[in-house]
Amino acid sequence: MPNITSLTAGDTLPGRSYRPDNVQLFLYNAALWNAHRIHYDHPYATGVEGYPGLVIAGPMIGEWLAQCVVGWLGEAGRLVSFEYSNRKAAIIGETLRSGGTITAVHPELREATIDLFIWNESDEVIAPGTAIVRFD
Amino acid sequence: MTALLGAEHLANIGRQAALKREVVTRRDIRKYSVATGQTLRKYLDGDEAPPLYHVALFWDVVELDQLTPDGVSIDSLIPRLPLERAMAGGLKIEYHRPIRPGDVLVARRTLTNLYEKQGSKGPLIFYEVVMKVETETGEPVITEKTTRLLR
Repeated sequence: MPNITSLTAGDTLPGRSYRPDNVQLFLYNAALWNAHRIHYDHPYATGVEGYPGLVIAGPMIGEWLAQCVVGWLGEAGRLVSFEYSNRKAAIIGETLRSGGTITAVHPELREATIDLFIWNESDEVIAPGTAIVRFD
Repeated sequence: MTALLGAEHLANIGRQAALKREVVTRRDIRKYSVATGQTLRKYLDGDEAPPLYHVALFWDVVELDQLTPDGVSIDSLIPRLPLERAMAGGLKIEYHRPIRPGDVLVARRTLTNLYEKQGSKGPLIFYEVVMKVETETGEPVITEKTTRLLR
């Protein structure tokens, strides 16, 4: 588990790769009750909305950014705040990668600020994020 | 500037949605955790909700005839706007305390901003909704600002 006293700005968090399939995307949208056709109706997603395929849900990508933090932090502390934006659509069949970099450490507050990223296979950041964590 | 938004649209800023009240169940947390590929046992076992679980918890449960032909539910908080194709935007969240099974949570949503911008592929309308999630006894749980885009 990470420790606030041994953190330095510039340290990186372990990332993970994601290759969601139709089944995972279906279960995610079912859990939300989200029926937007771009996630399961291929002719609609490509023909009507002009995407190259079925679109991976934006807030699921947001969850993967947060996952990068909570997976690293474990029980050492908690998430205080988190923000992200979806900059570019990701399509089923793509492999995405998550990762993070510590940008500031505030020992007096027992807090650290982390920049988060989801990259696509072209190394474009499709979803940037920022989190603040507080150590116990 | 094309001025897609008129005074009749902007008058909706500040509008509040009807209160939503939801019960958190272990089963729903587990389903959400599996679907989002969680690795921590506390999420997969449903002991605690992952960071964006409240997005699923408070997603509108609409009836089939309330969905638009593209399968999107119309957010009653948002006025009818000149652009209608929804795209994901982003979230900004403050966490006050974890969500656990058995919690009864209340969400208050307010439309806090509505504006337009010229995007690289045409005009975009942005709107911001602040959602305050509390327990039934008023303990703060999450404060969230959602930004969504229409093209």
